[in-house]
Amino acid sequence: MSSESDPLLLEISDLQVEGFSEDQWHEIVKGVDLTLKRGEVLGLIGESGAGKSTIGMAAMGYAKPGCRIKGGSIKFNGIELTTASEEEKRKLRGSRIAYVAQSAAASFNPAHKIINQFSETVIHHGLGNRKQAYADAKELYRRLKMPEPDQIGFRYPHQVSGGQLQRAMTAMALSCRPDLIIFDEPTTALDVTTQIEVLVTIRDIVRQYNTAAIYISHDLAIVAQMADRIKVLRYGDSVEESATRDMLSNPRENYTKTLWAVRTFKKTVKPPDPQPAALVKVDDITATYPGASLPVLSNVSLEIQRGETVAIVGESGSGKSTLAKVITGLLPQDKGQILYEGVGLSSKYRDRSSYHLQKIQMIYQMADTAMNPRHRVRDILGRPLKFFLNLRGNEKEKRLRELMEMIELDPDKFLDRLPSELSGGEKQRVCIARAIAAQPSFIICDEVTSALDQLVAEGILRLLDRLQQELNLGYMFITHDIATVNAIADKVVVMLQGQVVDQGAKDEVFAPPQHEYTKLLLTSVPEMDPEWMDRVLAERAAKGGMKAAGY
Amino acid sequence: MSNILRILFQRLALGLFTLFIVSLIIFMGITLLPGDAAEAMLGQSATPDTVAALRVQLGLDLPPHTRYFNWLLGALQGDFGTSVGSGQQISSLIGTRFANTLFLAIFAATIAVPLALILGILAALYRSSVYDRVVNVVTLASISMPEFFISYILILFVSVKAGWLPSLANVQTGVPFLVRLEMTLLPALALTLMSVAHMMRMTRASIINLLANPYIEMATLKGIKKARIITHHALPNAWAPIVNVIVLNLAYLIVGVVVVEVVFVYPGLGQLLVDSVQRRDLPVVQAACLIFAATYILLNLFADIISIVTNPRLLNPK
Amino acid sequence: MNKMRFAWNEFNKAPLTAKIGLLIIVVYVFVAIFAPLIAPFGESEIVGRKYLPWSNEFLLGTDNLGRDMFTRIVYGARNTVGIALITTLLAFSLGGIFGIFAAVMGGWTELVLSRVVDILMAIPSLIFSMLLLTIFGTSVISLILIIGVLDSTRVYRLARATSLNIVVMDYIDVARLRGEKIGWIIINEILPNISAPLVAEFGIRFCFVFLTISSLSFLGLGIQPPTADWGGMVRDTADLITFDDYTPLIPAAAIAILTIGVNFVVDWFLQKTSGLKDEL
Repeated sequence: MSSESDPLLLEISDLQVEGFSEDQWHEIVKGVDLTLKRGEVLGLIGESGAGKSTIGMAAMGYAKPGCRIKGGSIKFNGIELTTASEEEKRKLRGSRIAYVAQSAAASFNPAHKIINQFSETVIHHGLGNRKQAYADAKELYRRLKMPEPDQIGFRYPHQVSGGQLQRAMTAMALSCRPDLIIFDEPTTALDVTTQIEVLVTIRDIVRQYNTAAIYISHDLAIVAQMADRIKVLRYGDSVEESATRDMLSNPRENYTKTLWAVRTFKKTVKPPDPQPAALVKVDDITATYPGASLPVLSNVSLEIQRGETVAIVGESGSGKSTLAKVITGLLPQDKGQILYEGVGLSSKYRDRSSYHLQKIQMIYQMADTAMNPRHRVRDILGRPLKFFLNLRGNEKEKRLRELMEMIELDPDKFLDRLPSELSGGEKQRVCIARAIAAQPSFIICDEVTSALDQLVAEGILRLLDRLQQELNLGYMFITHDIATVNAIADKVVVMLQGQVVDQGAKDEVFAPPQHEYTKLLLTSVPEMDPEWMDRVLAERAAKGGMKAAGY
Repeated sequence: MSNILRILFQRLALGLFTLFIVSLIIFMGITLLPGDAAEAMLGQSATPDTVAALRVQLGLDLPPHTRYFNWLLGALQGDFGTSVGSGQQISSLIGTRFANTLFLAIFAATIAVPLALILGILAALYRSSVYDRVVNVVTLASISMPEFFISYILILFVSVKAGWLPSLANVQTGVPFLVRLEMTLLPALALTLMSVAHMMRMTRASIINLLANPYIEMATLKGIKKARIITHHALPNAWAPIVNVIVLNLAYLIVGVVVVEVVFVYPGLGQLLVDSVQRRDLPVVQAACLIFAATYILLNLFADIISIVTNPRLLNPK
Repeated sequence: MNKMRFAWNEFNKAPLTAKIGLLIIVVYVFVAIFAPLIAPFGESEIVGRKYLPWSNEFLLGTDNLGRDMFTRIVYGARNTVGIALITTLLAFSLGGIFGIFAAVMGGWTELVLSRVVDILMAIPSLIFSMLLLTIFGTSVISLILIIGVLDSTRVYRLARATSLNIVVMDYIDVARLRGEKIGWIIINEILPNISAPLVAEFGIRFCFVFLTISSLSFLGLGIQPPTADWGGMVRDTADLITFDDYTPLIPAAAIAILTIGVNFVVDWFLQKTSGLKDEL
């Protein structure tokens, strides 16, 4: 297939892409160069807004609606895509260059069977008939280790799980044996334990067919497993580029170094209190969503003490966020009790005393939706001061300034801003200040760093840690990210399908993990080591496979 | 399949229940008239004797629930009682007129639906083009016009000035089909002009919505031709929104038809309703309202059912 | 001063259609306010023979009773637009309050309110209002109440839907968990975030109500004579159309032009507030 003499499959130079918003064009990609050899895998890494997806799509000569390729050159197999006709590009797409999207569920047409969406590409590009395509699809499904490879294609997309759909899309991308596949965050929407399985199959099949690939991700650890070479992007510009091993062992640019940041912060673990007194106690809670038949939480019990951080770890659907709703009283439990300083709380927030509403505060994952976009920082922080503490006038102003100092934002600059005038990290800081304003003793942090870029996230973790020491706060820290748990937790509670499967001091639970599921969870977290995936696979194979354990 | 049947059954039951409540409202409304329907109808000329006689004639001496069920049972069998104004059987009064109204509405829809769908889909496909902008302004202007404005403009220019078509559409029973078509063409055009604008704006919006789906972009990135993307990727998912647009506009035609019938003196149900309201001929008003409401509810029910049976997620449960 | 300049800038950037729309609205409002000063005769004063042609004395001729058409067009601005405006305000307050309330309360309150609205909307509104006008009679008050209540169902749906988008936001949970009262949450947290779609909806509802009332008046069931009203004026002079006379089209055009103007402005406003989502 790769009989061409030109060793370069893709050559992008000085690529500029613009997007249209608020009545004018803005630069999204500002002159990026990129080359790819046949059979080579290039990782594109960067934070949100770095322009990585835009570059990926530009490699197909495509710009999203509302965007346009403004300048530069994109040469695929010697064909200049910036000047090629739509028809020329259409013939390349799907057959020579294929695309794997982040959300497989949204990218499969709900009206057609999976295998027909596979065969469509083959037939449409004149590379085979339906029968051949079906046979090939089943073969690829088998190689991608999908269950029931001969039958699964005849299902509709909504009848298949996210992990399987993502494999089916990889198979679809391979249907015409393209020279190049663009993987656009293909595992970001998946749970961490599913992610590793999909990663392995993608990597293996790309190698088997010697397909070149551009692998786009925000997670350096994942890219490290997949790519031969890594290119770091920021704000639509190239930061640096080198072979994967060199990049990991010897990053040149400061920005690249910060991508590791969260892993360097580690709070000092407090020695366990000799006479533990629970600040908040969750006692045998079972809860069900209205209208649902099965409980989302069953018999959950745990304790949080003053000045201590308890991390709740689990994948999506484990019930960890639901637990926060039960503690705050937004979702009344069926059974069990929430105790604050030994006093049982009413199951509905409406029936709770102002004192208890004040003492238990919450910080959310999306700072954007946690603040009214029409309120200024002054009002957002001022309301709890007036409501709980009855502060007015000068007293309130003084306290507002103190709060701003605590979260390290300049009061003169920030107090009169709207949330839309703050960066992601600044927003989350204001949310923290709002929680602190109520003078709580217990704060629930629900994935507070998940939506933030690494360096910003670390700043938030440090701030939370400092506030905990100053104010002797108890934290319940909900997260799916093991690295964050390692950084901040004193105790860990592992949840699976609404139940607590493992809990204790962090070292007891993690080092080394005793429980099977904790082990699976921990070993599934990608590490910044190109050998990681192979090592895990070897370990799991030696133990006779993790899947046998039933997760 | 059991799932989809259950949902269909639920919708059907809900539709019938709505119809039942609506019939109750129509009936109750008249019963709740201050004083008594008989007095209200007779107005100034009421004497105790005539009122009593009319009460018996209307069955007002019976308790309300008995009257309601008698009325409903009669209505279900096509018997709406007698008109107070003319003493005629309402069913015979309504029969041909309802047929006339349906004829006019269907005539208009036959022109309007394909036209609106084509224009709407084109506007969606060539979004932000000059065509799209012009269409936006023109349709916005035409949905802003009252029905009688469009009707009289048509009469003035097509009929009075040019003399191409008759200005009145007072069709009698028994006119040959082609003559009937010619006579009703002008009112049908008026209805078409009004509904096309609505329908194509809605079509445009729903197609734009559909084309924004990631699977449409995926099809583009698979190198599928644009025509095939429309026919194979967009269309199978477009039935529900398109049928919805059509049905909403058929329902709209039914309402719009009232004014157009009056302008063109077309002997339809709408004109009868307007006349009866002015004459306070309550049994006829009840009957006409019930028929209009039932048609409207059944159309919406139909749209619901189509959107359920074309939903692949419901057709192929997990 | 700053706001004035901002408004002026926005106006300059507006498309031609929006400028025309704004101009139309300004003219109508002016005519409605100064009607007695502009009109040469009294509102229902009989000034000559019936159906007089257009002349210097009677700019647009006279109607079927010999009243001056121009005078009645001018007063019509006051009556027809005024009544439509009051009706829209009623529909808006009712639908808006219940819609937001339903969204915030959820549960049974929302279910019951939404079912009632579903039933009311299951009957075509022109037909329903004709039924109700038969029952309650054709006074201006009953007209306003009937159309206002029936039209509030649409406002209810929009207010509820837009509020539901806000109610699921975390900042509403934050306010609830602080122990804020429902009223405070509605006024401080929800209203500021749904005002843009509601303002646009006000324009759309006004057009709808205005057209409905005009249609009813045209059918003889709306605003009753001798009050000057555009829909009724079309009906009064309709016979002239067969004599190749434009007169009946004048009041009809008066209705159409205002509706077009409002729709143009609403369209511009919607495109501005939707952040050009539709354009991309």
